[in-house]
Amino acid sequence: MTDSSPAAPRPRTLAEKVWDAHVVSKGQNGEPDLIYIDLHLVHEVTSPQAFDGLRMAGRPVRRPDLTIATEDHNTPTLAIDKPIAEPTSRKQIETLRANCAEFGIRLHSLGDIEQGIVHVVGPQLGLTMPGITVVCGDSHTSTHGAFGAMAFGIGTSEVEHVLATQTLPLKPFKTMAITVEGELKPGVTAKDIILAVIAKIGTGGGQGYVLEYRGSAIRSLSMDGRMTICNMSIEAGARAGMVAPDETTFAYLKGRPHAPQGADWDAAVEYWRTLATDDDAVFDAEVFLDANELEPFVTWGTNPGQGISLSQTVPDPAAIADPNERAAAERALEYMALTPGTPMKEIPVDVVFMGSCTNSRLDDLRAFASIIKGKKKAEGVDVIVVPGSARVRIEAEAEGIDKIVEEFGGEWRFAGCSMCLGMNPDQLQPGQRSASTSNRNFEGRQGKGGRTHLVSPLVAASTAVRGTLSSVADLVADGHEVDARYVSIEGATV
Amino acid sequence: MEKVSTITGVAVPFRRSNVDTDQIIPAVFLKRVTKTGYDDALFSAWRQDPEFILNQPAYANPRILIAGPDFGTGSSREHAVWALRDFGFRAVISPKFADIFRGNAGKQGLLTGVVDEPTVERLWAELEASPGLEATVDLEARTVTVGNVSVRFEIDDYTRWRLLEGLDDIGLTLRDEQAITDFESRREAWRPTTLPAR
Repeated sequence: MTDSSPAAPRPRTLAEKVWDAHVVSKGQNGEPDLIYIDLHLVHEVTSPQAFDGLRMAGRPVRRPDLTIATEDHNTPTLAIDKPIAEPTSRKQIETLRANCAEFGIRLHSLGDIEQGIVHVVGPQLGLTMPGITVVCGDSHTSTHGAFGAMAFGIGTSEVEHVLATQTLPLKPFKTMAITVEGELKPGVTAKDIILAVIAKIGTGGGQGYVLEYRGSAIRSLSMDGRMTICNMSIEAGARAGMVAPDETTFAYLKGRPHAPQGADWDAAVEYWRTLATDDDAVFDAEVFLDANELEPFVTWGTNPGQGISLSQTVPDPAAIADPNERAAAERALEYMALTPGTPMKEIPVDVVFMGSCTNSRLDDLRAFASIIKGKKKAEGVDVIVVPGSARVRIEAEAEGIDKIVEEFGGEWRFAGCSMCLGMNPDQLQPGQRSASTSNRNFEGRQGKGGRTHLVSPLVAASTAVRGTLSSVADLVADGHEVDARYVSIEGATV
Repeated sequence: MEKVSTITGVAVPFRRSNVDTDQIIPAVFLKRVTKTGYDDALFSAWRQDPEFILNQPAYANPRILIAGPDFGTGSSREHAVWALRDFGFRAVISPKFADIFRGNAGKQGLLTGVVDEPTVERLWAELEASPGLEATVDLEARTVTVGNVSVRFEIDDYTRWRLLEGLDDIGLTLRDEQAITDFESRREAWRPTTLPAR
């Protein structure tokens, strides 16, 4: 080299920085890179064959100290002290317990204070942190990207690969910036942002990309709100979603059981501050959203991209130009039993489900409770509230949220995935319609023949009060007392 | 994964084409929690028929399946390979395999060799003339031998190498285990550990 000055480092995005820091060996001739995994989360559904594969090959788990398991998908949310009735569910739980005992893996079982949805447990323990790689045999692993971690879901063969080697061969990705600038109106939340993003780019719009959520509207969200957004990155087809770590991230983490301490904490924060995307880094694609214009969002169809503002009407498929999308919309409306032109706010629901890895954290429960406090649920509507973890449940109870839910006429349940996917007994009956704070409105997802409208906790709560899909502003218009945070100065415009 | 070089055992003349993975193992068996123990599930619908070839005493302990074209089409389920392996099969010979099935097989130590259709007919004729006859599949030489008939089969070099070396995906990664260990030695103290529990 003739030039003695050090070469300027190539400007990089957050995702590229985290990736580069985990390359064990660089793939040659188009082969994948071998990527080191910092944290492996395990649950009962996608792990049994992986452990069986290890057993057959006589391999140990390479790093039990980077692995943690919890029971969530199959666990009941009622009578958790009794044996699980459904034999397949019971078998999966029992198998996880035996495997964790055999391979020396830390497990939080039903009844344990740290038990809960795997994507709630990692962050609350302080295990999820900026600049790490996180995997789990579950597509909603993207949740952990809210901390500036690279986190993605994997299949069972890959679970086995990570258990055995703590690495994964991975192909490179493209980067997409999702910039949300402005200030959210009162009553508009993180859930509305992500539903609007997915409606905009489509369920395949993120395919092959790692999304980075940026802009003032993202910066102003709490960690719980950022997790809601990153959680649903997979519904846009993306491999992962990320938010650059900042003071909000550090404040959330500090003092958590597994957060770094003392000098390690200082070293970590110093490094974490370098992770933000460089000013002159280039994304492969960019999407912009105006936060000022956003309204409460709701899905009308059978995929998370089929969403509109709550103040709109059921769309008319005849107005959709693309023939495939039109046919999909026709099928969706038939399944959802909806007529084009019907105001979304006139649609009555049978069940309100408040929970899932998208919206079951303390912030979510507080928002829900603040709306229903002192009110009675609409007649004929079942209201089920499922905290994301046993710890969230206890923290919520300390604030009296359980009493608020019960006095409202709702059911306060034990932690788990519950009605998000109905692997346990919490299911919609055929033909029943829900307003659900979960992440997927696929046909039959919440129970055979069940019809799902994805909504935010605020919309779920307002809907539970009025019986039809509703926003906080509708409650105000009805003359209800509502927490001042959710009322706009101009009045009930949303 | 066990190293594969020479497989000798009873060969089954399986006169069927388009054997899809739903026939190899129906979906009802996919709820299980193991990667083994699928021997009862293999071809479970066809095995209801007493005349089915695998119900014949001559084929009680088969090792090699000689099948018609388009073997393993349909669903990507890895269970199809597990079921064949659990039943005792170590090699399948066919004029054509579905891509996903063949990929799954190669990763799990089940040899898949391709021969043309006239050759399959010759192998079938030889085996049907003496039911229960043993065959030998030689991966090193890429040959399958039945009685007096010895023919070459095709298998790609990469899969052949992996089978000869006994390398599954994990085994391949662990060939470079030193690189993983080196990486771990540089891992910063602030990064998370789940143990001891705090």
